[in-house]
Amino acid sequence: MALEQSLLILLIVSPFVGSVVAAFLPATARNSEAIFAGFIALINLGIAIFLTPHVRDGGVLRLEASWIPLLGLDFVLRLDGFAWAFVCLISGIGLLVTIYARYYMSPQDPVPRFFSFLLGFMGAMLGVVISGNLIQIVFFWELTSLFSFLLIGYWHHSQSARTGARRALLTTGAGGLCLFAGMLVLGQIVGSYDLDVVLHSGDRIAESPLYPAALILILLGALTKSAQFPFHFWLPGAMSAPTPVSAYLHSATMVKAGVFLLARLWPAMAGHDLWFYILAPVGAITLLMGAALALFQQDLKGLLAYSTISHLGLITLLLALNSETAAVAAVFHILNHALFKASLFMAAGIIDHEAGTRDIRRLGGLARAMPITAALAMVAAAAMAGVPLMNGFLSKEMFFAETVATHVQGSFLDSLLPYVATLAGLFSVAYSLRLIDQVFFGPKATDLPKKPHDPVIWMLLPVGCLVLICLLVGLFPGLIIGDFLDTAVRGVLLGQSPYYSLAIWHGVNTALIMSVLAMIGGVVAYMALRTWLSGDFEGARMPGRLALRKRVERAQTALGRAWARSEVWLGLSHLQPQLRWIVCVAILTIAWPFLFRTWTIEPGGVEQPDTALLFVWLIGGACAIGAAYQAKYHRLAALIMTGGAGLAVCVTFAWLSAPDLALTQVLVEVVTTVLLLLGLRWLPKRKEDIREAADLRAKRRRAADAVIACLGGVGLAALSYAVMTAPTNPEGIARWLLTYAYSEGGGRNVVNVILVDFRGFDTLGEITVLGIVALSVYALLRRFRPALESVAAPTQKTFQDKYDSLRHERVANDRQIDAHYLLIPGLIMRLLFPLIAMMAMFLFLRGHDLPGGGFVAGLTFAVAFLLQYMAGGARWVEERLTILPTLWIGFGLLTALGVGAGAWIWDLPFLSTYFSYKELPVVGKIPVASALIFDYGVFTMVTGATVLILVALAHQAVRWQRMTGRGEKIALEEDR
Amino acid sequence: MEIVIAIAIGILAASGIWLILRPRSFQVIIGLSLLSYAINLFIFSMGGIKVGSPPLLDPAQKDLTVYADPVPQALVLTAIVIGFATTALFLVVLLASRGLTGGDHVDGREER
Repeated sequence: MALEQSLLILLIVSPFVGSVVAAFLPATARNSEAIFAGFIALINLGIAIFLTPHVRDGGVLRLEASWIPLLGLDFVLRLDGFAWAFVCLISGIGLLVTIYARYYMSPQDPVPRFFSFLLGFMGAMLGVVISGNLIQIVFFWELTSLFSFLLIGYWHHSQSARTGARRALLTTGAGGLCLFAGMLVLGQIVGSYDLDVVLHSGDRIAESPLYPAALILILLGALTKSAQFPFHFWLPGAMSAPTPVSAYLHSATMVKAGVFLLARLWPAMAGHDLWFYILAPVGAITLLMGAALALFQQDLKGLLAYSTISHLGLITLLLALNSETAAVAAVFHILNHALFKASLFMAAGIIDHEAGTRDIRRLGGLARAMPITAALAMVAAAAMAGVPLMNGFLSKEMFFAETVATHVQGSFLDSLLPYVATLAGLFSVAYSLRLIDQVFFGPKATDLPKKPHDPVIWMLLPVGCLVLICLLVGLFPGLIIGDFLDTAVRGVLLGQSPYYSLAIWHGVNTALIMSVLAMIGGVVAYMALRTWLSGDFEGARMPGRLALRKRVERAQTALGRAWARSEVWLGLSHLQPQLRWIVCVAILTIAWPFLFRTWTIEPGGVEQPDTALLFVWLIGGACAIGAAYQAKYHRLAALIMTGGAGLAVCVTFAWLSAPDLALTQVLVEVVTTVLLLLGLRWLPKRKEDIREAADLRAKRRRAADAVIACLGGVGLAALSYAVMTAPTNPEGIARWLLTYAYSEGGGRNVVNVILVDFRGFDTLGEITVLGIVALSVYALLRRFRPALESVAAPTQKTFQDKYDSLRHERVANDRQIDAHYLLIPGLIMRLLFPLIAMMAMFLFLRGHDLPGGGFVAGLTFAVAFLLQYMAGGARWVEERLTILPTLWIGFGLLTALGVGAGAWIWDLPFLSTYFSYKELPVVGKIPVASALIFDYGVFTMVTGATVLILVALAHQAVRWQRMTGRGEKIALEEDR
Repeated sequence: MEIVIAIAIGILAASGIWLILRPRSFQVIIGLSLLSYAINLFIFSMGGIKVGSPPLLDPAQKDLTVYADPVPQALVLTAIVIGFATTALFLVVLLASRGLTGGDHVDGREER
């Protein structure tokens, strides 16, 4: 892999790794956190600068890795000029924000969380811009929503932060889902999810009948993210975030993701009338509304938030115009806005930090107290207003020029645009002026919570950097930003670059006149409204009817209530109704093909029922029904009858050519029965006072359940009958497995070959599950607290103990089982141990060719141990045998994994097997296959898991009598 | 033959479903056992059923269609073992819940 590709990977990986590392630094390490996060941002900035030559002049750097090629899902990193510009913005402003945040966050704030989320967000944002696959973009897109939620809600003790975070997540997350759907449609149209392919298929996309659907869905995603009308309402709420977050998310990154996507897909999706007629009104309304509302805000950050909305509307409008020069202006304004808005947010944070309030009405005359901050904020605000010699002026001029030009012939909207633009420009001059005048000039505020002064240099430095760039771009546009802009534009326009001029002076033209009008109008408007604005009113919002926010919130509440009500109504807080739902849905699913499709049962050449099997199932069926009938009050009887049904299943397996299954079933039957027997002891006794069947409700429920059960049974029977009698496909997978089991897998027992070779990976998963379950059982039992009433020894045992103590002069508390219990069976069970162990080995070794194998052998071996416990009791066994089932589990799993990984030594895929036959003296020819070692892992694992589960449960009785000790004594005394 | 197996599956499934809808945890555990018998048999039967022709390859037999389908068998084999594990886990959860709540109702408290 070339160096460039590795750097691309580093670019995307380093923030996420950094995020994890940052989370584990100590809570007070503000310095090291900030240095660390800044370092990561710096690395990314360095990578971007290093990669510059590769993306200039429309170059594209790609890295591909197949993931699911069948679905067109590849992991693609793609860096072109536009993505590169965004990487510079994200990491550059990210670096400044980390420095700023170091001094902004107070020592009480848990900084690891902050920097961890910030780095995670940075990674997600980088992921959005350098992804080269549509689905991958959506993935990172949703990740940005998630991290922004965490960041906005950073001060989660505050109600407004929680509300703001939730609102942002709901809006942008829902938009993200729409985007996902839109990307899927787009991918369907193009036939590929690869961004490069999509970008070059503009014509095909525009001609497709699916274009409107794809467009609307994608725009829903982009417009919610970029806070465009009518989805703008989340952005002002997000101002409860710490200011560094606002400076980062709401100037350069999060909200820019929406316009980034619009610009990204511009070559593929723009140029269509629909594009113009959706985006242009949205952009125009957002531009005007945001600018107007910004003027009436009383919160400094609120003003900036509405201004951001307005500027994003401007960018959207530019992208809507279907003109290449407008797209250039949009890209330029994206950069400019990021620069001045980030610095303004930081300045607002400084004011908040030093003066203790962000309320414009309370602030005033701060220029004398904090002159540097004031100077920096003034320059940035001038850039925002579009004052000449500032960067904002240049892109605003371009914007004005574009609105004047005709894009859609005879469109009322198009001819209206210059007036909208001038009016919005007027408002933006007015609010910028208000920001400066009412905060820094006028009468000096006297009732501020803190005495304001300029902050430490490190807090001013990031603002200073950004403001300096604003100025330099404004003064020497061609020199400073020319190349940068050209690279970004060529990235958007697939290597093309239209003619545009970055000169400050274009002579007296319409755009300049509009600018002057806006400037003068803004000053006049502000002067006229000045006194009224500092009056006593709260920040303006959208008038009631248009405010989607309230509707969304109302809908949310209604949905929450409806959900709560339906939970009660559907009975979802109880297990039984839940299961009833599941079973009913399953039954309907089975019934579907019978009822609505032409799938009927056609008994073909069916053999006559076998009388013996029929007899077996007469007993088996009776056992099953009996177990169902008795399980409530006669647990032991139910257990025995379940065993009977299990044996019938076992016989069926043996009968129908499945010896392996029969073996496994009978062994599992044994261990399950023992297991349940061990559990019976801890269950409560029959309660006589439980309301009996007289209860009408219970009766009705039982009747309903009986109907459901019968329907389910009939349905499953019909389905299995239909499948069994349907003709089988002789060319199915079975044929392949049968053909190659011996030649490829080296075994004659095809089932075993499937388990340890063909589907070895599945088996590895299965035994892992088994191990996890065994360990969970063990862990749960370690903290097991039985009900008090079951702690005492059972009545029968107490009675026996009493009898024994009278007869044999037993020593008190001697828990040894006396030799006279189960004398002959006990002896036989002890003697059987080596025999059963040998049987297990036998089953294990023949498994590859004949019925047997690791699962069966493991269960057999476990039964050998089980018998010892039954014959001698836990103490007796453990004094004589070392039983470490947890070690066996680990050993088995490692063996299986090791065999699998061993194939890598020969450069073969994981779990490839090797086999041959070797001649051994006396024993004869035996198969030597790596699958045998794998099967040995399975064997050890199954033995360990089974023994662990059973022994852990069996120990409870011993443990609880030992721990309480009294249990038994009390019972004995009561008897006396 | 098929009809016997189908009816057997039906009876096992019906008993199992009836039991898992009951309120006592022991009933549910027995119900799950019976239901897993039914499902194992059901999966097993998907490959069609054959008598006396286990999928153990005989070098003399060249016709592969005589063998029973090994795929459902391999699936069911692991399912049986996993079924044991889940039964064990459920039993322990049930016992723990019984210890904590004092009762054996599946919701952890008696219905009111």
